[in-house]
Amino acid sequence: MMGKLETMTAAVDAPLLAVDGLTKMYGARVGCTDVSFNLWPGEVLGIVGESGSGKSTLLSCLAGHLAADAGRVVFATRDGPRDLRALSEPDRRRLGRTDLAYVHQNPRDGLRMGVSAGGNVGERLMAVGARHYGSIRDAALDWLGRVEIDEGRIDDRPSAFSGGMQQRLQIARSLVMAPRLVFMDEPTGGLDVSVQARLLDLLRGLVREMGLSAVIVTHDLAVVRLLADRLMVMKGGQVVEQGLTDQVLDDPQHAYTQLLVSSVLQV
Amino acid sequence: MIEIRALTKSFTLYNQGGAEIPVLAGAALHVAPGECVALTGASGSGKSTLMRMIWGNYLLASGSIRVGDLELAEAEPRQIIALRRRTLGYVSQFLRVVPRVPTHEVVAEPLRVLGVSAPESRIRAEAMLARLNLPRGLWGLSPTTFSGGEQQRVNIARGFVHPYAALLLDEPTASLDAKNREVVLALIEEAKARGAAILGIFHDEAARARVADRELDVTSFTPRQA
Repeated sequence: MMGKLETMTAAVDAPLLAVDGLTKMYGARVGCTDVSFNLWPGEVLGIVGESGSGKSTLLSCLAGHLAADAGRVVFATRDGPRDLRALSEPDRRRLGRTDLAYVHQNPRDGLRMGVSAGGNVGERLMAVGARHYGSIRDAALDWLGRVEIDEGRIDDRPSAFSGGMQQRLQIARSLVMAPRLVFMDEPTGGLDVSVQARLLDLLRGLVREMGLSAVIVTHDLAVVRLLADRLMVMKGGQVVEQGLTDQVLDDPQHAYTQLLVSSVLQV
Repeated sequence: MIEIRALTKSFTLYNQGGAEIPVLAGAALHVAPGECVALTGASGSGKSTLMRMIWGNYLLASGSIRVGDLELAEAEPRQIIALRRRTLGYVSQFLRVVPRVPTHEVVAEPLRVLGVSAPESRIRAEAMLARLNLPRGLWGLSPTTFSGGEQQRVNIARGFVHPYAALLLDEPTASLDAKNREVVLALIEEAKARGAAILGIFHDEAARARVADRELDVTSFTPRQA
């Protein structure tokens, strides 16, 4: 449903990501089905739902880790809109080094555990042609500072870090290239509550300062309330409700969302 | 600045047998720039519901809500986000913040999202905290452990740190002492003087009499229960 104003503004600025009818089946079982949404520059979209709701499948399809069966994922590249599903593998990889980033739930999946903290951040710069050792190390130091890792740890391997530090290092490695879109799978999952709060604050600051757009999958409604502008609720592979985050949480329109919101323990 | 026509609202509780609870019917109001309108009516009559519908976290069933140029009934989420950033402020009775973030950052945040520099945002946030007599020693701490009155002043500081053209105030003086109540009333008067349209809920009758130009009894919008 587009109002007049919407049609006019859409002509001057376009969505960063336009997803239309995205579907993924696992044989006869539904992964996710007929998912459509637009993500605008600077927006954070939260996706919630219980285990098996299809939210992780959707994120993997968006990020190109899984091949979808149908639908379009149109990303506004620097050379114009391109359907990520139709991109050649080298083009997709190039985009993955510059414009798209992915933060895994388990930092071990996103880090190279045998390489130093500084190397983990710096090798992303080298992958796009940076060669000057001093400037790569300076950039790595700058990013370790931004994610609050002491610069004295730059030569340590991530295996010597706590879970919260590993997650912050993964975020530094993902964001050093100044991507335009970040996919995050349960970025605060598995962390202590106190560490989660610090990470949330860090992510909020980075999103604001870098003008990042993000798609965040989580089962934690408190996380999306604080981090996401918009919210999508999934059940059985389908989107049952989407809208402004506080509207979906405060005035849920779907039976399942009402159940989800009313099931949260109050502290 | 704020204009409501023929507004209805009901809640459907799917997990309680699909019970349908009508809360507002035929609501209408307008607030002009520089004007303060006070909502009155017993608790449960729908004052806060009406306010949340203008803020956009409650959906309207039918009718129209316009804030500035934006029709909320047709607005996309991103248009409501932009409205909240630039035009519409809301001082609610609850403070919801990322734990462990210092108070001066919580208050500066509305300015930071508008692109105001970190140093200037901080100066303006601290000036507002000082004016509301929040002890300087608390500025670097998270407001999550503050008393009710202190949290409320943080909320008020956030709501007045940027000169919004429209403001929603839900019991802004409720848990304040006389001195801070006076500061808040002065802030409201200054906002009116610069042309802000204000819609407020004030149980404090003296406060209401002082800042409100008109009163509107929400009971007239309460649907008769079937």
